[in-house]
This record gives sequence, structure tokens and C-alpha cells, in this order.
Amino acid sequence: MNWLINTLGSSIGKKLLMALTGLGFISFLVGHLAGNLTIYGGKDAFNSYAAHLHALGPFVTAAELGLLLFAVIHVATGAILFYQNLQARPERYKVNKSGGGRTIGSATMPYTGFVVLAFVIFHLLNFHFVDKTHTTIFQIVSEAFASPVYVLIYIVAMVIVALHVSHGFWSAFQSLGANHPKYMPFIMGVSVAVSVIFGIGFGFLPVYISLFS
Amino acid sequence: MTKTINLTLKVWRQKGPHVKGKLETYHANNISTDMSFLEMIDVVNEQLTLDGKDPIAFDHDCREGICGSCGAVVNGRPHGPEKGTTLCQLHMRHFSDGDTVVVEPWRSRAFPIIRDLAVDRGVLDKIIQAGGYISVNAGGAQDANAIPIPQEVADKAMDAAACIGCGACVAACPNASAMLFVSAKVSQLALLPQGKPEAARRAIAMLCSADKAGFGNCSNERECEAECPKEISITHIARLNREFFKASFGSSVQ
Ligand code: SF4
Ligand code: FES
Repeated sequence: MNWLINTLGSSIGKKLLMALTGLGFISFLVGHLAGNLTIYGGKDAFNSYAAHLHALGPFVTAAELGLLLFAVIHVATGAILFYQNLQARPERYKVNKSGGGRTIGSATMPYTGFVVLAFVIFHLLNFHFVDKTHTTIFQIVSEAFASPVYVLIYIVAMVIVALHVSHGFWSAFQSLGANHPKYMPFIMGVSVAVSVIFGIGFGFLPVYISLFS
Repeated sequence: MTKTINLTLKVWRQKGPHVKGKLETYHANNISTDMSFLEMIDVVNEQLTLDGKDPIAFDHDCREGICGSCGAVVNGRPHGPEKGTTLCQLHMRHFSDGDTVVVEPWRSRAFPIIRDLAVDRGVLDKIIQAGGYISVNAGGAQDANAIPIPQEVADKAMDAAACIGCGACVAACPNASAMLFVSAKVSQLALLPQGKPEAARRAIAMLCSADKAGFGNCSNERECEAECPKEISITHIARLNREFFKASFGSSVQ
């Protein structure tokens, strides 16, 4: 067991943890977005999607616990990385200039990550940990997005998620050692595409709901 | 006729590892644009010496981009603004008359400042000592073609072997990580049949040594490959990751 702790605790081991949990979240978001698209089918389609999902019972609970575990690993490892990386350069440069490697996404990773965490907690409190006995999920959602402040918070949060994913996606492949001259350009392209799809796909939902419900 | 320029330099001056340093302003006048950056500092140092002041300490040796001794962060860019060159290969023709140039040492917890721009990069040697070699018994030279190696593999190994151990990757990395260096030193051996027998032990030992030295963690910012004077690619970091996973999960090396 000692070897496993040493492996996962090393700088590459932490990369592995970030990459695997990050890709886990991206797969979750793909499913989450696909489900949310039922909103465009109207109130009943969305409510029936929610009902079908919850009919899966124990599988949903298992998935939720899995996501929680992933979140704990991703956030804790990210926090350790942030702290260690700050320590690695005690005296900062007076003049900082990029050689062209970093992107807005990569340079803001710890900060966007922190905002996403805060947003996820906010989002769960809004739509997950609420009493749904006398109401439907569609009602909760449409009431929330009647407020322009909510719509704005969600749009900003989705832009931040998109930024985080724009670096996270390709970076996960690089961390797993999957950098190949033939496939890397494709992975880079998918990275941009996925972040744009998440940004627009999730970001437009509150706008649509506030306008048409 | 050679062109000359005048520059304002702001150079980091620090008397020793544990004293506080600061940027000092100097004027470099009548600098020939054919000079290298190091020659420009030589000129400034001559004047400082004549004035009875301490010359600026900086590392250098070959002055032709092959030894890895030189290096400073020039206006925020390790080895200066040109791609694929060391500081000794950076010509003053890339600067304009009247420019202000800020010169700082490599900044990393693992590279303590010795004096001014000279930093102690001894930890890079420690990483090599941990496993950056192959153990061969000395004897008569083997027949050159006894082990066939495809040209493509030889080329990749050569690309990795171009690393001169200057430490610019650490200086450039926002996390002060030495991953590009470690990956080049692991790759040059891991790619070749002679390096295979010790590959697992090497990958783990060299990574552990780098982690212990106080470098940061790589987060794929790609600043290293943009600033590396030998243009070492981060595909070598991906290879290092694969070698490390293979060694950790697939070999009996602890
Ligand atoms: S990888 Fe490049 S920047 Fe890093 S030590 Fe080697 S030559 Fe210097
Ligand atoms: S002095 Fe040798 S590489 Fe610059």
C-alpha cells in the first residue's frame, strides 16, 4: 500500500488524480447537459426526464456518492497543488511575461476551480436540496430564473466552467500521457469545442427559461 | 559601420543567499548591436570595476549555447525574448536604443541565489545522479549495428538529449516545476534499448528526487516548451508520465 500512497502523492500522481476526476466531471456534465436539453421539449418533457432519472433509485444515490468522492479528491488535490506551487517560488518576478504557452484558462485554473466549487454548492442548495413534495422541478427552476440576478449568476458561472474545461480537457490527456502528434491537435480541438458547448449549452438554458416559461 | 545603442538596465543585485536583494539601475552606453547579452553585461561590469563597485555576478561558460551555464530572466522572459536561444546567443540587435531592460535571476525555491544573477542549480545534478544514467560494464566497444534502432526513435532521443540543463524551464514555469528537464533526461534513455533495463527504477527515482528538491507541480501551462532554448517539447513530459505510470503500476520497483 505504501507504494500506492507514494505514487499518488508524487507530482505525477496528483496529476493523475486531477485528470481522472476531471474527466469524470466532464462525462457527468455531458449527461447533465443532455438531460437538461429536455427543457426545450417543454414542461412535461423536463418533469418526466426528472421522474425517470429518480426512478433509477439506488443507482442515482451511487452516482451521487461517486461524484461527491470525485469532488473531494479533485478539490483537495487542487488545493494542495495551489499551495505547493505558490511555495515553490517564494520570491516572485518583478516583471512577468508569458512566452506564449499559457492561456486564460490555464492561468486561472485554481481561481476558476474555486468559483466552480462555490457555484456547485449554490446550485445544489437551489435545485437539489429542496423539498419537492408539493412542486415539480420545472416549477422550481422557472421560479428561480424569473429573477434576472439568478440568470446572471448562472451565465457567469457557465463562462467560468467553460474556461476551466478549456484547459482541463486537453490537459487531462497530456497528464495521462496521451500526447501523440497525430491525435493531440484533435484533442485540443475537442477541448475548445467541449468548453464552448458547455458554456453555451448550459448558459442559454436560464435565458430560455426566463424568457419562455 | 556597427550600430550602437544605449540602454537602461535594471539588474537584480543580491550579495548572498540569505540577504535581501533589489533591482539597481545602470546605464549601458554605446553597446554594439553585434554583441551578445553577456558581452553587454561584460561592458557594464568593466565600468563598474573601474568605478570601484562590485561587478554583476552571472554564470557563463561556453558562450555558444551548448553548456547550459548562462541564463537570466530578461523583461520577464527566461533567456530573453528570442525563441530557441540561450542568453549568450541573444544579440543586442534585438533591442532598441533607449530600451529599459529588467534582468532577474531564475526564481525557484530549489535554486537558491548565490549572488546577483548566479543561482545554484545543483539539484538538477542530484536528479541526474538519482537515475539519469545507464549502467554498462566497460569493455571493448560493441559493433555499431548490433542493436538496430529506427531512425525516428533515434531522432526523438536526440531531441530529448539536446537539453543542456540550463533550468530555464523552471524559471519559465508559473509553478516553478522542473518537469521539462526531468522528462528530457528520462526520455533520452527510455527511448533507447540501452535505457530500457533500468527504465522503471529511473523514472521513479528521478521523479522522487525532483519532488524532494522543492520544485512545484506541473499543471501543463506549456511555458517551459515556449522558453526552452533547445525547444524540448512537452510530448516528453507525456512520455515521462507514461514511464512513471508503467513503473509504478506495472513493475516491482518500489
Ligand atoms: S528542458 Fe530546456 S529549458 Fe529545461 S533545462 Fe533543458 S534545455 Fe534548459
Ligand atoms: S554560456 Fe554556455 S549556454 Fe550560454
